[in-house]
Amino acid sequence: MAQPAKKAILVIGGGISGVSVAVEAAEAGYNVILVEKNPYLGGRVAQHYRYFPKLCPPYCGLEINFRRIKQNPNISFYTLSEVTEISGSAGDFNVKIRQFPRYVNSKCTCCSRCVDVCPETRVNEFNFGMDTTKAIYLPHEMAFPMKYAIDDRYCKGAECGKCVEVCKYDAIELDAKETSFTLNNIGSIVFATGWNLYDMKKVDNLGFGRVKNVITNMMMERLAAPNGPTDGKIERPSDGKEVKKVAFVQCAGSRDENHLNYCSAICCMSSLKESTYIREKNPDSQVSIFYIDLRTPGKYEDFLKKVEKDEKIKMIKGKVAKIEQASASDDVIVTFEDVINMRKMEERFDMVVLAAGMEAQTKMKSLPGKLQLEANGFIFPTQAEGIYSAGVAKKPGDVTSSVQDATASALRAIQTAFRK
Amino acid sequence: MENKVGVYICTDCGIGNSLDIQKLQEAAEKYNPVICKSHPFLCSQDGVNTIKNDIKEKGINKLVIAACSMRVNQDLFDFDPLKYVTERVNLREHVVWTQPANNENTQLMATDYLKMGIIRAQKAEIPEPNISGVERTVLVIGGGIAGISSALSVAEAGYKAILVEKSEQLGGHMRHMHKVFPSEPPYLESKPSDIEEKIRAVENNPNITVYTNSIVTGTEGEPGMFEITICSNDKLVSSSESSDSAEIAKSGPTRYKTPECSEPKKFKVGAIVFAIGWKPYDASKLSEEYDYGKFANVVTNTEFEKMAKKGEIKRPSDGKPVKNALFIQCAGQRDKKHLPYCSSICCMSSLKQAKYIREANSDASAYIIYQQMRTPGLYENFYKSTQDDEGIFLIKGSVLEMSEENDGSISIEIDNSLLGQKMIVKADLVVLATGMVTNMVPDDMQPNNLTEEFIGNIIKKETQDGITEELVPIPVALNLKYRQGPEMPHLKYGFPDSHFICFPYETRRTGIYAAGAAKAPMDAAESETDAVGAALKAIQCIELTAQGKSVHPRSGDMTFPEFRLETCTQCRRCTVECPFGALDEKPDGTPLEHPDRCRRCGTCMGACPQRIISFKDYSVDMISSMLKEIDVPDDEDFPLIVGFICENDAYPAFDIAGINGVQLPPNFRLIRVRCLGSVNLVWITDALSKGVDGVLLIGCKFGDDYQCHFIKGSQMANERLGKVQETLDRLMLEAERIDQVQLPINEYDKLPEILNQFVDKIKEIGPNPFKGF
Repeated sequence: MAQPAKKAILVIGGGISGVSVAVEAAEAGYNVILVEKNPYLGGRVAQHYRYFPKLCPPYCGLEINFRRIKQNPNISFYTLSEVTEISGSAGDFNVKIRQFPRYVNSKCTCCSRCVDVCPETRVNEFNFGMDTTKAIYLPHEMAFPMKYAIDDRYCKGAECGKCVEVCKYDAIELDAKETSFTLNNIGSIVFATGWNLYDMKKVDNLGFGRVKNVITNMMMERLAAPNGPTDGKIERPSDGKEVKKVAFVQCAGSRDENHLNYCSAICCMSSLKESTYIREKNPDSQVSIFYIDLRTPGKYEDFLKKVEKDEKIKMIKGKVAKIEQASASDDVIVTFEDVINMRKMEERFDMVVLAAGMEAQTKMKSLPGKLQLEANGFIFPTQAEGIYSAGVAKKPGDVTSSVQDATASALRAIQTAFRK
Repeated sequence: MENKVGVYICTDCGIGNSLDIQKLQEAAEKYNPVICKSHPFLCSQDGVNTIKNDIKEKGINKLVIAACSMRVNQDLFDFDPLKYVTERVNLREHVVWTQPANNENTQLMATDYLKMGIIRAQKAEIPEPNISGVERTVLVIGGGIAGISSALSVAEAGYKAILVEKSEQLGGHMRHMHKVFPSEPPYLESKPSDIEEKIRAVENNPNITVYTNSIVTGTEGEPGMFEITICSNDKLVSSSESSDSAEIAKSGPTRYKTPECSEPKKFKVGAIVFAIGWKPYDASKLSEEYDYGKFANVVTNTEFEKMAKKGEIKRPSDGKPVKNALFIQCAGQRDKKHLPYCSSICCMSSLKQAKYIREANSDASAYIIYQQMRTPGLYENFYKSTQDDEGIFLIKGSVLEMSEENDGSISIEIDNSLLGQKMIVKADLVVLATGMVTNMVPDDMQPNNLTEEFIGNIIKKETQDGITEELVPIPVALNLKYRQGPEMPHLKYGFPDSHFICFPYETRRTGIYAAGAAKAPMDAAESETDAVGAALKAIQCIELTAQGKSVHPRSGDMTFPEFRLETCTQCRRCTVECPFGALDEKPDGTPLEHPDRCRRCGTCMGACPQRIISFKDYSVDMISSMLKEIDVPDDEDFPLIVGFICENDAYPAFDIAGINGVQLPPNFRLIRVRCLGSVNLVWITDALSKGVDGVLLIGCKFGDDYQCHFIKGSQMANERLGKVQETLDRLMLEAERIDQVQLPINEYDKLPEILNQFVDKIKEIGPNPFKGF
């Protein structure tokens, strides 16, 4: 595996924060190596249909960023890779990388013949399990790098080998093995490890996984996306019915001492945004948003005002007590306390969207290096010299604040790496 | 340069199975390429080596690669742009993956694309980057927390910084802060500010030059080498009509007052960080709602902070200690009469200040009347710690009435929305949580009532067309000697923030990056982060400019617009339409170029009726010549349509349609453009006079939530289309033959409908009468 000849900044995580750190540092003239665990770059934002408050597609900006990566010789990146060990010190770290096999090499032309013959299916994590792909798959149509990958949890390997037979490019290597290698001369390291959606099954009263048609906000993004499991039609998962009446439950797990005791910063805007998806795609629909506080800081207030103008979107200050299946129906019954009118109420919905919070990636998986973490797993702003964090790895935030933070972290990383 | 064209047709990925490659090659041969060959697998090592060998042995310098999309395999077909022109003809995604195989129409489409690709390559020239010296110094305007952080970061990265601060001292609002919000986990306690330490760091840094008591009175030139004039406050001469920029004022549309200086100081910088900060909303405007100015014991949060800093948490009326304080959130905020936006920081600020009350006197209590408690992210911890304080009462509700008692205390009637009842609280002191206004807004103006785009005054003028209204912008802090005005455009409420979610540092003035609360309401910690980021953008701009390269979004582009001024008619469309204010005007009215301000979108090229503007690899003539190569079929039932598509968003959308095997009508010939803003109306005339039946522009959304990476490109295109009617009338053609659609990059699924509807519409109108001429 190629070693960087010159000193470089290592960025861990190829989501919007990591990609921003990489391109911003590289365009200022510095070498960057990006390590991403998925087979593609773009992270969580790639799964979103639209951004708030402009309702524009994340891929618009990702496309530009990917172009910046493609044309910039200062950036190299490894997908399907993770950092396993960090040694050395600021200005001269040594970093051990484990790279999992993609089983598809760079000769892949994305002709898709392999997909046609592959007999195995896998749960599509990109769509949160709402559909499947073949065991050999393109992560999504806008994936970068635009190469197929094989999920070895599902592939039968050489005993099947049908894909190998049809691939005329020798692009498939079923015997590929995990490799590991060390990158030396790493000047500084930026952790841009991002977040996972808090596991809604842990919030028992909200019925996720138990009550049909209770989904998460991220699943809603996939339902609305043209490249999602329903080709962008907002249908409810259990029976494909077009949804007419939807509830959003804010702070699902967030601001809750039993779960995430912080606010995830983005869920209010996210639900307001997603309610516009429903109203736009299913014009005959109505939406209720159950909230504690509506947090739309700064100019986001304008977006709140815009959504409030839609009479079919109701905002109810109140805590949802429980969510249950309606009897003999796939509908969902939400029991909530209407705080303003001081009454306990029940209402029936076609579908319920849980505004699930962001959990630090470090909660799922411990990271190498001696990182100082706060109680919820977010990375402390100040670390040992030469170690930085960017974006939601540091604290919950939206895309803009993550990119601001990433740009700042890029400069701090440059200062340590190249001014020593 | 001599054209040595090599044409390479890949036959893989369905191309060879769908198309007659022999015929394609024959079509290409007509253009006399040095080499024209097909390859079974062009992106293989062998394929790439074939090209490399031809370059070496045959001296090929123009590579036409007819294969997959330019968006893939870029790493393989990566030939030095300063030596070779590489043109990717998209036969895969845009032809065989969206069209039926072995079909006459599919063949025609592929042939047209190949021919157009060859012409594009032939017409393209190698860029000659505009390399000029750069000054590796960053000017930071504003010496508050944002400016200080920017200057320090610039210096720590090995560059020089010049910090210009209007007031006597550095530190801005932070100097008056008793405590600041927690910036590290566990986010429970506010803490003293470290601003004094930072000021000392600035003062002791040999790479930072500080000018306090000074303002910038002139910004000229372009990134890499801005020429800055500053003036110390005591050398300012009372403002007069612009004189030092007579050249611009005479030819430009507006005159504005610009400060004059008896002892100006001039220097050069490579880039600018704009960190002019904020001011509190003028509370005198809240006298009606909240009795500010009427009752002595009603103060603002900024005033209260200063009281706390002095250790004087006392009633202004009589100096008695405060036992009960009441904080009113959103005072004049989220209110269209005052500030329509939320200032983001006031909830945290009042929580922090409520703790001051409790710290000063453990028997004292504080009430906070709020509508929505906004403590996003980990600030929630701080909110919780306040909730745990038994002396702090948080009440969701609104203030109905306030009255002053004889002893100066204030009685406040509150509508408690959680209890659904009215209540009265008596307080020694009322603190209004007033909001932040960017210093972009002049003192006599209101953020909710500003002129669009540029902050200024509308004046009425008598002209030959009668009375017209004209916007005279107000210089604030940059004093740009730019044709398009003295300051950065604002979006809303005076904030010169980026409109791009993923690119928060984008501004419409290249090389000038806004940071901190001047740009959007934010707290000190966020300002600091924002300012460090802005410092990197400034450094990046200097380094890219030094190499003759463009900054975002076409970062790395080494071309720039070139003007054939001999035929310029001084119509000024280019100087008016440039979204980035890159062009000024010479005294004779011809454009004055500033290549390093340019973002290379080509909007000027699209605007120019004389076709005098071109890039080395992109010109009006190039596309016109490509249009000439389109083979317009005589078949009256087969309308042929030219689609000009934005290469940033529409082009990828077509790619994704291809990947998904979405079938598209065979009638389109797509031509990628840098931005719809670069579409010159002459192309439409060229296409129509050739017999093309319709023209469709596909690009980004414009308007309030614009998605155009060049901000105004797609909007300019649309405005120009409005004027194309005249041309069509002359040709006696229907205006409906031309249309523009807005397509987000991810909505490729809408393409069949959009394209088919347009084909149907053109069929209804009937064939272009010029067909066959």
